[in-house]
Amino acid sequence: MERLRSIEDLEALRKRLISGRDPSIPTIVITAGTCGQASGANDLIRITKRELLEKRLTGKIHLRITGCHGFCEMEPSVLVEPYGNFYPKLSIEGMSKVIEAVAKGEVAKDLLYADPETGEAVEKRSDIPFYKSQVRTILDRLEQIDPIRIADYIETGGYSALAKVLAKGKSAWVIEEVKASGLRGRGGAGFPTGVKWKLLSKQRDGNGKFLVCNADEGDPGAYMDRSVLEGNPHSIIEGMIIGAYGTGATEGVIYVRNEYPLAIKHLIIALRQAREQGLLGEDILGTGFSFDIRLVRGAGAFVCGEETALMRSIEGKMGEPTQRPPYPVQKGIDGRPTAINNVETWANVPVIIAGGAKKFAKIGTEGNSGTKIFSLVGKIRNTGLVEVPMGATIEEIIYSVGGGAVGDKKIKAVQTGGPSGGCIPTARFDLSIDYDSLTQAGSIMGSGGMIVMDEGTCMVDVAKYFMNFLKDESCGKCFTCRKGTQRMYEILDDISKGQGTSESIDLLEELANVVKDTTMCGLGQTAANPVLSTLRYFRDEYVEHIESKKCRAGVCKELITYSINDDCTGCMVCVKACPEGAITGEKKKLHVIDQEKCIKCGACRSVCKFDAVDVT
Amino acid sequence: MVTLFINDLQVSVEDGTTLLEAAKFLGFPIPTLCHMEGLTPYGACRLCVVEIGEGPRAKLVSSCTYPAEQGLRVRTASARVVKARKMVLELLLATCPQSKIIQDLAAAHDLRQQRFKQEYEDCILCGLCTRMCEEQMMAKAIGFRGRGENRSLGTPFDIRSEECRLCGGCMYVCPACQLRCTYNEPERAVCGGCANLSPPCLEKDQFDDMMCYMDPCVACEQEAEDKG
Repeated sequence: MERLRSIEDLEALRKRLISGRDPSIPTIVITAGTCGQASGANDLIRITKRELLEKRLTGKIHLRITGCHGFCEMEPSVLVEPYGNFYPKLSIEGMSKVIEAVAKGEVAKDLLYADPETGEAVEKRSDIPFYKSQVRTILDRLEQIDPIRIADYIETGGYSALAKVLAKGKSAWVIEEVKASGLRGRGGAGFPTGVKWKLLSKQRDGNGKFLVCNADEGDPGAYMDRSVLEGNPHSIIEGMIIGAYGTGATEGVIYVRNEYPLAIKHLIIALRQAREQGLLGEDILGTGFSFDIRLVRGAGAFVCGEETALMRSIEGKMGEPTQRPPYPVQKGIDGRPTAINNVETWANVPVIIAGGAKKFAKIGTEGNSGTKIFSLVGKIRNTGLVEVPMGATIEEIIYSVGGGAVGDKKIKAVQTGGPSGGCIPTARFDLSIDYDSLTQAGSIMGSGGMIVMDEGTCMVDVAKYFMNFLKDESCGKCFTCRKGTQRMYEILDDISKGQGTSESIDLLEELANVVKDTTMCGLGQTAANPVLSTLRYFRDEYVEHIESKKCRAGVCKELITYSINDDCTGCMVCVKACPEGAITGEKKKLHVIDQEKCIKCGACRSVCKFDAVDVT
Repeated sequence: MVTLFINDLQVSVEDGTTLLEAAKFLGFPIPTLCHMEGLTPYGACRLCVVEIGEGPRAKLVSSCTYPAEQGLRVRTASARVVKARKMVLELLLATCPQSKIIQDLAAAHDLRQQRFKQEYEDCILCGLCTRMCEEQMMAKAIGFRGRGENRSLGTPFDIRSEECRLCGGCMYVCPACQLRCTYNEPERAVCGGCANLSPPCLEKDQFDDMMCYMDPCVACEQEAEDKG
């Protein structure tokens, strides 16, 4: 790989790359992020490579292996450019058919995405409701590039923002531009990035300053950072170099959790390629500006996503939060000034610089500019990563993009912000998604997890689930966080088992408020949110668990009974399915469940084809 | 020097002074369990919380770790503080009821009920012992392990550390069961906190799972001396 010695070199390389490509040649784009690979993308890649070679199609059809395109429900999926045909849930046989069709210049109609309402095939991906309702500024880059080929990134305009910054040669301009864009930290708290950078640039420290990319994404059900790292690692690197130029930082650290092997692999490759091309390290693009980034892997603690704990972890110490102030910007890693930003924040930086702050500020609402990626999971039809402008309503995300409920159960609530977030009921789905509205509603933006819950979800159980997570993941330093989460779990467990009393709710609420008040770090201060928000919006469910000893969602095992109704045809399927032998009955006669033996596993209900098993 | 207001009283203190030190200087009592002069502030017990800021931005912070800031308004005994402190004490009492220090604090704060399931732990993980060991005794023989509910204190791999000089500093500072092993005269080792009727270490099997890094402990050695 040649080393680029000037900005002109970079532009010349870009021109060469673009002119070397014939845009009329169709490209098969296979999504192979972790989600894609898990659902079989590797097989598709293998079969495609083999067929292209065997049928001598290599010059006629291009193949690009990219990160996740967002529509995870439909993995493994294939996109054919430049036509924009989208083939979801493709099998190996399907892949062969697609290759055949592409070679002939046709469309494999029967394999295209079919509209779930009308059943009609949608020819262009941009017409699919899931994609149509999004504004994809970060995510659309993921499908344009092969993450392990820096040439792809440069060809599609990568590092042009860096070139712009270096050509301007003014560090203050970078900060002003980021400030003017109104970009707020995408990690959850929403602190204005420009302000943070300004603070860092003002710090004088002879020993250097740090920039950190926080990629310790640990919320259950959230994976937008992983997808960006896997699919477009160079955007993070470019963002950090620009940040370093603006703030005068000398060292960069990307802190990735070790549970993201693919992201780590792609990052290592990207860092090496950027260094070899002269875009990272000493004397970047011959301008004399130097900045290097190293990778630090997390050791598996959720709390290390908290910035002070993250810094301790980078230092090699136990990941425990410390008191702020002093803030990381004043005293960070090894006592040196440090600015920490989330993956998505860094990914937005090149977008802002390349497109201009004004353009960026126009997206979204005032005070909440730009787009935000959410991972939409749970009881929803279109699970996946969605990118919408800030200020979009929950309703838009869930119904327009997400396609509404899956099955016939109604959606009841959405949980945002991971374990530290809260549940928002349907009545408040008109809420616009921005930092301030969500906090007011008792939840948080968090890094962008969105778990959709329907009537089959028990809110006490949800609170219990998150409290179980938090009592394990609290670092344990603050007594109130450690014991508070344990005690909240204990009370919730009692309530879910029908052992709660009328005092339980009061005690739970009182304790939750104290935990929120008296802990040191962000984890503890928000740890009570799952309890407080479910109490705020679903108190009746708690009361029902305590007073009538009932779980209306049919989740809390101690409070439900399984019984067989008259719809039973006597097919014996449930008898065979029951692991405890609790169901008795003869062929074509009504079956009976022995309540003594029943362990409430729900196996009978899931196998019954006649809806004859009731849960009450 | 920074000037701040504690319960509306103006006080000027050196840069880097904590709110706890400033409040103590003025004579305002703030209960603590994990704080000790000579050891770095840690902020684990959360008993020393005070309220800072005004209006909706008011918040509770641990006074032992929060540095004094120019013009800061601090309330050491507002309703919010008292309520939080009582709940912390209730949690402490539910965890470690045998500690004389915690009992006394609970009584002093007028705590009349304990609504959680009773536990009998020996340790509140305040970290005084590890800091004592590391900072004053320069030994680093013990430390924290694990996180969340599995967090515990001990030596690496639970083997007696070669760094340990049996100085007893860790026990001396322990607020949870400080009295257990600190006296070597049998009658005085009757610990009010634990309500043990005999020197605890003499009945070893009963206390096998308790945290004791003295091997053999002072009381046991004393008994051996008396006998032999």
